[in-house]
Amino acid sequence: MELTANVPEGPLSEKWDNHRFSSKLVNPANRRKYKIIIVGTGLAGASASATLAEQGYEVSSFCIQDSPRRAHSIAAQGGINAAKNYQNDGDSIWRLFYDTIKGGDFRSREANVYRLAQVSNNIIDQCVAQGVPFAREYGGTLANRSFGGAQVSRTFYARGQTGQQLLLGAYSALSRQIKAGNVTMHTRQEMMELVLVDGVARGIVTRDIINGELTTHSADVVILATGGYGNAYFLSTNAMASNVTAAWRAHKQGAGFANPCFVQIHPTCIPVHGSYQSKLTLMSESLRNDGRVWVPKKPGDTRPPASIPEEERDYYLENKYPSFGNLVPRDVASRNAKEQCDAGKGVGTTHLAVYLDFSEAISRIGEAAILKKYGNLFQMYEKITDSNPLHEPMMIYPAVHYTMGGLWVDYNLMTTIPGLFAIGECNFSDHGANRLGASALMQGLADGYFIVGTSIANYLGSTKTQAVNTDHPQFAASKKQVQERIARLLQSSEDGPTGKLTVDEIHKELGLLLWDHCGMARNKEGLEKALAELPAIQEKFWKNVYIPGSGEELNQSLERAGRLADFLEFAEIMIRDALARKESCGCHLREESQTEENEAKRDDNNYSHVAVWEYQGKDKEPTLHHEKLTFENVTPSQRSYK
Amino acid sequence: MTKNSIDLTLKIWRQENSRKTGVFETYRLKDISTDMSFLEMLDVLNEKLTREGRDPVAFDHDCREGICGTCGAVINGVAHGPEPETTLCQLHMRHFENGDTLVIEPFRSRAFPVKKDLIIDRSSLDRIIQAGGYVSVNTGGTPDGNATPIPSATAELAMDAAACIGCGACVASCPNGAAMLFTGAKISQLSLLPQGQPERKERAMAMVTAMDKEGFGNCINAKECEAVCPKGISIRNIARMNREFVKASFLG
Repeated sequence: MELTANVPEGPLSEKWDNHRFSSKLVNPANRRKYKIIIVGTGLAGASASATLAEQGYEVSSFCIQDSPRRAHSIAAQGGINAAKNYQNDGDSIWRLFYDTIKGGDFRSREANVYRLAQVSNNIIDQCVAQGVPFAREYGGTLANRSFGGAQVSRTFYARGQTGQQLLLGAYSALSRQIKAGNVTMHTRQEMMELVLVDGVARGIVTRDIINGELTTHSADVVILATGGYGNAYFLSTNAMASNVTAAWRAHKQGAGFANPCFVQIHPTCIPVHGSYQSKLTLMSESLRNDGRVWVPKKPGDTRPPASIPEEERDYYLENKYPSFGNLVPRDVASRNAKEQCDAGKGVGTTHLAVYLDFSEAISRIGEAAILKKYGNLFQMYEKITDSNPLHEPMMIYPAVHYTMGGLWVDYNLMTTIPGLFAIGECNFSDHGANRLGASALMQGLADGYFIVGTSIANYLGSTKTQAVNTDHPQFAASKKQVQERIARLLQSSEDGPTGKLTVDEIHKELGLLLWDHCGMARNKEGLEKALAELPAIQEKFWKNVYIPGSGEELNQSLERAGRLADFLEFAEIMIRDALARKESCGCHLREESQTEENEAKRDDNNYSHVAVWEYQGKDKEPTLHHEKLTFENVTPSQRSYK
Repeated sequence: MTKNSIDLTLKIWRQENSRKTGVFETYRLKDISTDMSFLEMLDVLNEKLTREGRDPVAFDHDCREGICGTCGAVINGVAHGPEPETTLCQLHMRHFENGDTLVIEPFRSRAFPVKKDLIIDRSSLDRIIQAGGYVSVNTGGTPDGNATPIPSATAELAMDAAACIGCGACVASCPNGAAMLFTGAKISQLSLLPQGQPERKERAMAMVTAMDKEGFGNCINAKECEAVCPKGISIRNIARMNREFVKASFLG
């Protein structure tokens, strides 16, 4: 597997400019001759669809939801970063770049991250022009707030619904292009397979969720914007339909998968309360601006929070990390919560929770000011838990939230399959081993609005594409594979449900295995155990799963089963990746590699690389390749937020 | 039944597909934890039906945190159920009593055909947005975000309208099947902001026309939409839309 990153020449700050100049272009009149398939309509997919259609390409967009407005980007709460320095507090493109690469624990590519910081400012301008109602100061200028891992205020927000407002902005731009006839929108269509012709991505096979019909689609370029794989754990903050299928199908056809073990576990989520639980709900990290995290000093203290006097509380983040306090990066906050709970200081009925307390902020700025900032989050918390954060502290615990790993892409966001691009969370590109808050929205929109257009023109302008349509035999062959796969999924259900397991029962088992051994803290023994136990779950699935109904109808059990089948295969490279990376970095804590203060200890001599997995076929061990990371502009240091 | 759990009788609309007619079927559930969300209760029912070899109830859902607008059903005659400003996924079982009978049916409207059980087709709402629910600005070449100051109060008012999640509860609850709260919210957001001014009139005309074409009714001031809206969108947005439409059609 060739891993050529194609990072442009020149000084860091000039690379993107140089690249745009040296990239090939497609003349506006010729663009309509090229067909582009975009799978997913979250921030990355919707913004790319709109932008490429505006530029004149013939775009087909696909989503599994009933409307492109519902992709899970919509649930992002807190905000989006940009290096505007509107607050005059020392921000710059360079600082946003540095914070992001440091936040990622020096496991991402300098050039990609710098470009992300460069285009961050354009994103804000674009969204304002679309009518995104960002929060404003009384003088009418844009407001900012602080987020974890940064000491400047650079986060733009629309109450606690920033993702929603940005997505609706991109959706409106997409809607305009649908109306203009430049985008053909396919809703409730699930991508089941990627079609390669002569080793080049030329189309997809989709399943219509309403009637089960399989359709083939051809194009000159395929762009995946299909999000992350956090639902491998069953319980996560992801939407129920978020899945790894599109990326995994691409991987099995030759796309390298980078850093699959890098999974962000978000520190501020509502704790698990029962075995029937279907998902975990995130409480925006922005709450840590005003909320103070604490646990009782005495292990096993079951008094209600109000009865625990100030001197018997341990504000462990403030005490341990005086300069960042409650605003340490997510991985640090999550690990510390786990450490406190492991030490018996967890609160609530399960003792797997810590307090996030707003009483000090309320007495400082008043209830009204707090509600203006976080009203909808407080309301959401109260709905779920029946407790009002104005009167008693929130209880929070870490939960799987975002996946930094994803399809390997070069500087052009192209995977190792020519003609196949990956944007947004489904690529690995910008966040290294840990993503900072308010950076996912930034990356999704950077890729879609400002980067992928250059890449597509360069690819089409420098590649001689042959005319291919769905009559090519490969399309029929791929469709047949999908049919066979669906038949195989349904096979074990033929003799009824007796003695069988439901899809969710098996998914929960996989989730627990991953959470226990490939979660917040990992070690060799646990990972080897997980790797050894995984085949039995896979076998149980194929032999014992019960899926009611057929493939030729709306069948939600079958949809979930197809996604679980891919998670079950994918879990193997997650565990293998965690096992192979013997250092700790960012989200990935190998218990064998810690500093004396229990912080993640990197090993730059041996692991300053992107780990890229190559599929070798069924029942064969995948191969691991490395893309070496070189740092010419920053010096990787031991991250310290003290 | 234990202290924190309840027993329920569910009467759920079952319809195989859009060509068949549907019927209510009755199911009984025991020991439903009051900490469950309504959708988790349906998950429990579906696991039970699956194990019994019966067809689980198809229902739309995705984020399960009240923001994607995918879920929704009418519970005992009220879209999204009895709690104010709550989507179905955020409705918890603690709001029901032991022994309750819950009648669960899809959002009904001529413009929302039922696809299966509780799943409906809301693409008509997308087409209203496609008619003009945007600012015609291409990617790139936009002015600095701070170039046009917007009073904080205006931005907040626009945000109140922009909070719409497009679930369609307003339509389902309207005796006249109107989508005017949905459409009014988008027209209001963009007519309040300076960025929406250049296309203000065309937008109002186009979106109202699209709304009529999709088969939605007109507002009759029943205010049911506002009462069930999970995001608390005010019917003032309908008044604003009407003003925008009148200005656009009569004043030119």
